Amino acid sequence: MRILTSSVGRKILMSITGQLLIIFVLIHLIGNSTIFFGPNGINAYAKHLHDLPPLVWAFRLFMLAAVSVHICYGVMLTLENKAANPGAYAVKRNLKKSFASENMIWTGVLLAGFIIYHLLQFTVHGTPDIVVGLDAANRVDVFKMVVTSFGHGLISVTYMAAMVMLFLHLSHGIPSFLQTMGWNNEKTIPVYATGGKVISAILMVAYISIPAVILAGLLKL
Amino acid sequence: MILDGKCPKGPIQTSWDRHRFDMKLVNPANKRKYKILVVGTGLAGGAAAASLGELGYNVEAFCYQDSARRAHSIAAQGGINAAKNYPNDGDSIYRLFYDTIKGGDFRAREADVWRLAQVSNNIIDQCVAQGVPFARDYAGYLDNRSFGGAQVSRTFFARGQTGQQLLLGAYSALSRQVKAGSVKLFARTEMLDLVVVDGEAKGITIRDLVTGEIRTHVGDAVVLATGGYVNVFYLSTNAMGCSVTANWRAVKKGAYFANPCYTQIHPTCIPQTGEHQSKLTLMSESLRNDGRCWAPKKKGDTRAPGEIPEEERDYYLERKYPSFGNLAPRDIASRAAKEQCDDSRGVGPGGRGVYLDFADSIKRLGEDTIRSRYGNLFEMYEKITDENAYKVPMRIYPAPHYSMGGLWVDYNCESNVPGLFVLGEANFSVHGANRLGASALMQGLADGYFVIPYTIANYLAKIKPGSVKADHPECKKSIEDVTGYNNKLLSINGKKTVSEFHRELGKIMWENVGMARSEQSLKEAIKKIPVLREEFWSNVKVTGSGAELNQQLENAGRVADFLEFGELLAKDALHRNESCGGHFRVEHQMPDGEAKRDDENYCYVGAWEFKGVDKEPELHKEPLTFENVHLAVRSYK
Amino acid sequence: MNLTLHVWRQNGAKAPGKLEQYEAKNVSPDQSFLEMLDEVNEQLIKNGKEPIVFDHDCREGICGMCSQVINGVPHGGQERTTVCQLHMRSFSDGDTIYIEPWRALAFPILKDLIVDRSNLEKIMQAGGYTSCHTGGVADGNAILVPQPAAEYAMDAAECIGCGACVAACPNGSAMLYTSAKVAQLAVLPQGQAEAAQRVCDMTDAAQAAGFGNCSNHYECQAACPKGVSVKFIAKLNREYQKALFK
Repeated sequence: MRILTSSVGRKILMSITGQLLIIFVLIHLIGNSTIFFGPNGINAYAKHLHDLPPLVWAFRLFMLAAVSVHICYGVMLTLENKAANPGAYAVKRNLKKSFASENMIWTGVLLAGFIIYHLLQFTVHGTPDIVVGLDAANRVDVFKMVVTSFGHGLISVTYMAAMVMLFLHLSHGIPSFLQTMGWNNEKTIPVYATGGKVISAILMVAYISIPAVILAGLLKL
Repeated sequence: MILDGKCPKGPIQTSWDRHRFDMKLVNPANKRKYKILVVGTGLAGGAAAASLGELGYNVEAFCYQDSARRAHSIAAQGGINAAKNYPNDGDSIYRLFYDTIKGGDFRAREADVWRLAQVSNNIIDQCVAQGVPFARDYAGYLDNRSFGGAQVSRTFFARGQTGQQLLLGAYSALSRQVKAGSVKLFARTEMLDLVVVDGEAKGITIRDLVTGEIRTHVGDAVVLATGGYVNVFYLSTNAMGCSVTANWRAVKKGAYFANPCYTQIHPTCIPQTGEHQSKLTLMSESLRNDGRCWAPKKKGDTRAPGEIPEEERDYYLERKYPSFGNLAPRDIASRAAKEQCDDSRGVGPGGRGVYLDFADSIKRLGEDTIRSRYGNLFEMYEKITDENAYKVPMRIYPAPHYSMGGLWVDYNCESNVPGLFVLGEANFSVHGANRLGASALMQGLADGYFVIPYTIANYLAKIKPGSVKADHPECKKSIEDVTGYNNKLLSINGKKTVSEFHRELGKIMWENVGMARSEQSLKEAIKKIPVLREEFWSNVKVTGSGAELNQQLENAGRVADFLEFGELLAKDALHRNESCGGHFRVEHQMPDGEAKRDDENYCYVGAWEFKGVDKEPELHKEPLTFENVHLAVRSYK
Repeated sequence: MNLTLHVWRQNGAKAPGKLEQYEAKNVSPDQSFLEMLDEVNEQLIKNGKEPIVFDHDCREGICGMCSQVINGVPHGGQERTTVCQLHMRSFSDGDTIYIEPWRALAFPILKDLIVDRSNLEKIMQAGGYTSCHTGGVADGNAILVPQPAAEYAMDAAECIGCGACVAACPNGSAMLYTSAKVAQLAVLPQGQAEAAQRVCDMTDAAQAAGFGNCSNHYECQAACPKGVSVKFIAKLNREYQKALFK
């Protein structure tokens, strides 16, 4: 299979899986924002989601596959690229490369760590001090769980920091996706570069708004 | 000795077709048994190696650069001529033939030129098929422009980089053959000797420029496509590595050098700024389509160009040549510029320059149109001079650019040494005493794609393949000679660098054998060159060893050859007691300063046989006959 | 002006290299960068030292031979300029200049500032051509080429094959170089018949030769002395996807 082994093929796989993850990040944000409607909002949303276990598991496996491919090839390509450039310049001045493009692997690794932590906390409920109970309508009380967790400053800050990583990762990832898919030309290059930053920034701000609002005491139990 | 060009007899229109039929063929199954060595990978060599490889011959190709794509053909800007007559403006094979003969001031062979004009059309088709991005009009048809004094639009072009694109086309064809295994490419190698066995060329001795290894490659025929020799002037538009070395070493093995005095000085180059300068940069003469050449009327006028009023400007080309004006042929335009400067009316540093002014064209067509036509040239000019030519006129001055002379070859591109074929600028054949614009690319590709594949077969069919092996005594001797020569250069350990000698030689050549030559200046050069040569061999300093990458040693070998060749050039110029094309003898000019030919005594090709350093070379003549174009005074008035 | 140079000296592929310091005295602003080095070399030779070796040939910015990283940027970082066209007027008196060779796994150093770029040749040999025969082709006007296509092809064909894109790329990737040829031939009708095979073969050859993968830093375009655009990499990616479904 050419796509699995070739330079451009693997890049296309990176780009497609990356895009799937971006779509997930968008949907996840819309879902999460139900928290602003109070317990009835997010708890109802969570219940709807979990009412169909086969679908939930199919989706989870699909996302796991996408993440795995993205990470595996990301690591593989980065190692190859490091090998191809011994980086032995005594002086090297970059004209175009950004902090984001340079550190994709590190923002990626941190995000992967964050995802594990996030799943452990809110999906597996495996972190200490996690408050899991049922609400008045006998649904899992996600609202309470989230609000109590984000009430801890350290947890909120961790989440906010992770979203900064997400911003950096996507600000290079989004234009890269479009370039790799070949949907690019002279005119769109700068548009994508700006667009990528704007979209990533919007996502970051929107995600950060949840812990921020809770931490500020605007969203209470 | 009277040389025979072996041109086909009979009507010229069918000469090449008849000749092709008369020549012998090599059986397809036998082709791979023949090994052909091609030296140089420019338009001629690259095209030849690719075409011969494709035919099934076993080809080895050599170049001194690190890639075949870097040969100096790449620097040609303007375009390539072909007699397609696409614009319906009256062009034909006959007209291209006629223009080339006339442009060459009646010093080229008719049959060769006819063939060139005939195959010019095939070249365009070939290049288009290779994916060369020629300029197209809005409908998608190939675009043409008028170029270098032609009165029809027959020049095909790819922006200002036609040479680059054509070379990359040939290089792509060559790359395809390398992959197919029919061509073996040896980059970073320089030919330092020709191996001649029983009077026939059977191999070359090369130096691997990376490891320093000197070894011989044997083959059944040798093709030299090693370009021109104007670096003998030190400052020229040629690449730094261009040299006469391959040709000169062949001359030392018996090949004749024809018409070395025919050198072309290109009118539109950027003037020299100082002693430090290592080369001159050409700007396409297409600039003359929209630029007007002028010099101040007043001597020693130091005013800025904008402050010189219209009536105090001398548009000297328009004045002297009303019908061709600024598009007069290269030799005429160059000499006219020199006259202005000699008359103390030159501009810029040292007064060696004239203006090429676009103000009128910008007013008429707008800056955008000029930018779309010459944007890259204006950009290049600004990079080098720090001047904006949209605002102030360009300064230009002539510079050595092309050599019409070269190794003597017959109609088959075969030299007087059987088995040694010479193509492109390295031979002397089609441009006579002056080359027209956009003809060099045409010749290189014609020789490589469409001539040598036929004519070499005619030679190979007559010989047994693989007759000489690498352990032949001649090969061993050649390696010993080359090694000894290089060791001698390395052992002198004198005080002056190779570049200093090259600069000094260049100065002698430019001042005495340059644009205008006289008996006195030529004798002066012939006196000075051997003295400099002697000093070179006793006082040159070449650092390093022969067994490594050593650019000093490479240059030393090239300059040593120029020091011998320069003398021959001057001697040829002295013997040719007439003016024709690029060879201008001040003693022979019309009352108005035009070149005055002497057809009665000099209508021949002068081919020189090397008899040894410091010995008189022997002149052999090949008489030129003109049956299809009548000998006439070349007039561009 | 007077300048201090730090030049990479390395005597052969296997030898260790290091930066050595030289002084360039009385440099004229009208000199090209290479002419400045020529004069430094003349002095070195006169002092019985080994001159600095560097690749150069046409000295008019078209052959692609010159290859130096100057102060951390291939060709010195002046827009659309090769080293040979870089003039000393863009430096000032007292400047310190670092001069290094192209550095990438696929470009082993041969000596001082000269690297072996034959891996670029391998990419071209893998498919950078149309398989037309000498002779036996159609008339040049038999197949029309729309002007925009010809212009697009020419933009791509400006590549001089110097390898600055590889030298600048944090991944040592030759994708810009490869894409320029792929795009040129893919947009012309004459090259379209082999387009799918070509893009696969050329990118495979680049990978096999040890060039890295493109991760869209776009350093290549910024360093390219001919301003070849990364839009051609997008075109290569498109062509590659088409090839995947063939």
